[in-house]
Amino acid sequence: MRDLTNDFLELIRRTSTDLPADVERALVAARQAEAEGSAARGALDTILENVALARRDSSPICQDTGTPIFTVRHPAGWSTRELREQIREAVAEATARAYLRPNAVDSLSGKNSGNNLGDEAFPTIHFEETGGETLTVDLMLKGGGCENVGAQYSLPHAGLGAGRDLEGVRRAALDAVHQAQGQGCAPGVLGIAIGGDRGSSFLASKEALLRPLDDANPDAALADLEARLLGEANELGIGPMGFGGQTTILGVKARSLHRLPASFFVSVSYMCWAHRRRRMVVDGESIRFLDRSEP
Amino acid sequence: MIDLTLPLSETSVRDLHVGDPVALHGVMVTGRDAAHKWLVETFVRKTQPPTAEDLAVLEGLRPLLAGGAIYHCGPVVAGLDTQAYRFVAAGPTTSTREEPYQAEVLRHFGVRAVIGKGGMGARTLAACQSAPAVYLHAIGGAATLIAQTVTRVLGVYKLDFGVPEAMWVIEVKAFPAVVTMDAHGQSLHAQVEARSRTALDRLLAS
Repeated sequence: MRDLTNDFLELIRRTSTDLPADVERALVAARQAEAEGSAARGALDTILENVALARRDSSPICQDTGTPIFTVRHPAGWSTRELREQIREAVAEATARAYLRPNAVDSLSGKNSGNNLGDEAFPTIHFEETGGETLTVDLMLKGGGCENVGAQYSLPHAGLGAGRDLEGVRRAALDAVHQAQGQGCAPGVLGIAIGGDRGSSFLASKEALLRPLDDANPDAALADLEARLLGEANELGIGPMGFGGQTTILGVKARSLHRLPASFFVSVSYMCWAHRRRRMVVDGESIRFLDRSEP
Repeated sequence: MIDLTLPLSETSVRDLHVGDPVALHGVMVTGRDAAHKWLVETFVRKTQPPTAEDLAVLEGLRPLLAGGAIYHCGPVVAGLDTQAYRFVAAGPTTSTREEPYQAEVLRHFGVRAVIGKGGMGARTLAACQSAPAVYLHAIGGAATLIAQTVTRVLGVYKLDFGVPEAMWVIEVKAFPAVVTMDAHGQSLHAQVEARSRTALDRLLAS
């Protein structure tokens, strides 16, 4: 089987150091919306300057390079065991080259492995077999600050007046944004999953974050929910870094999953402004890197 | 922009107010979850007896913390194999996790500035008022930019905590931050939280 280790290394380098164009555009627009001389405007100026420096110097945008989450879609015939070994080797090499911070900590001993290799769930690698001839690998680096402010609600929720419908989802999501304040490094992106069990729901909320910021949800009801939540979350006025301001959230991406009759979960994954995600496409001899703002 | 040179005097801390942009110069030390737990349990609450190594580290840290700044940061560091350390990426981490420890660290070690992101709670705010001390908010995620204000890595303590959790002694030049909690009892975070709560209540009432 083909050795893609160096290509995985390049995927990691690009993801950690080069912010996708759709996210940068949204940050530029957010900057324009803040008043001259405000702390919010100053924060976004610093953020945009940092994005440019990181790209120029091939240096991590954020020091918390997070949990590397890989999603591999492969045609029949690829060995997932070998792909996993290649990805792990690339992760260790990327850590040695300071594209990634050593982030894998043994929860019992507190010991940091030093090379970002932990148990089989660190880095996280999801495999799925697909038809056709194309191998695609999505990588998202999700830092701990924003991961910590993610939330899961079991509806109905009396305190929020949230029932088992889209209005209940709206209430839960707005509460999550309020609870997060600036601590997830606002302005962030919300990935929302409706339904599923606790595990599948959180997973789907993260997958939703892979969508381009400026795409439209094909489901009309979810598209309406996304647009409404984006507007209302920004009415909260939390603003960049929680300094107060016009933009708290850059985008909302929602999806629904089948659920058990007894369960109705709403899972909210919060992604910080440093929304680092990239896709690698292997087609025969050709290897391309997309920043997910492209179709 | 207010230039602040470390260590800070009581007067320079009292002169700061919420909203002031500052540029820090001088020597500071990083410390986050493991460091705060270790400092408090070993030297403040004394729930575990200090080892000889703990006491040696304390000797080195004391003069840095007195009047100094503690930076909630887990950096990406190059040169680990040669010990020619260089900060590559060094933005702030979320400070609220240190809320159970921060007030004690401020009082016991005489720290005058806490640098992080996301703000802290009522206990830290009260300690800022009595110490006096300030909370300085760095821009979360601006890691490459902030690392370029780190002119030298002077040393490291507690590297056994791992690279992100170790206590790095760094010299900075024009490190940018904003005062969001001051020594006069004001907190931008409490203000924004209250305003956004009102907005949320209005949205949920509809």
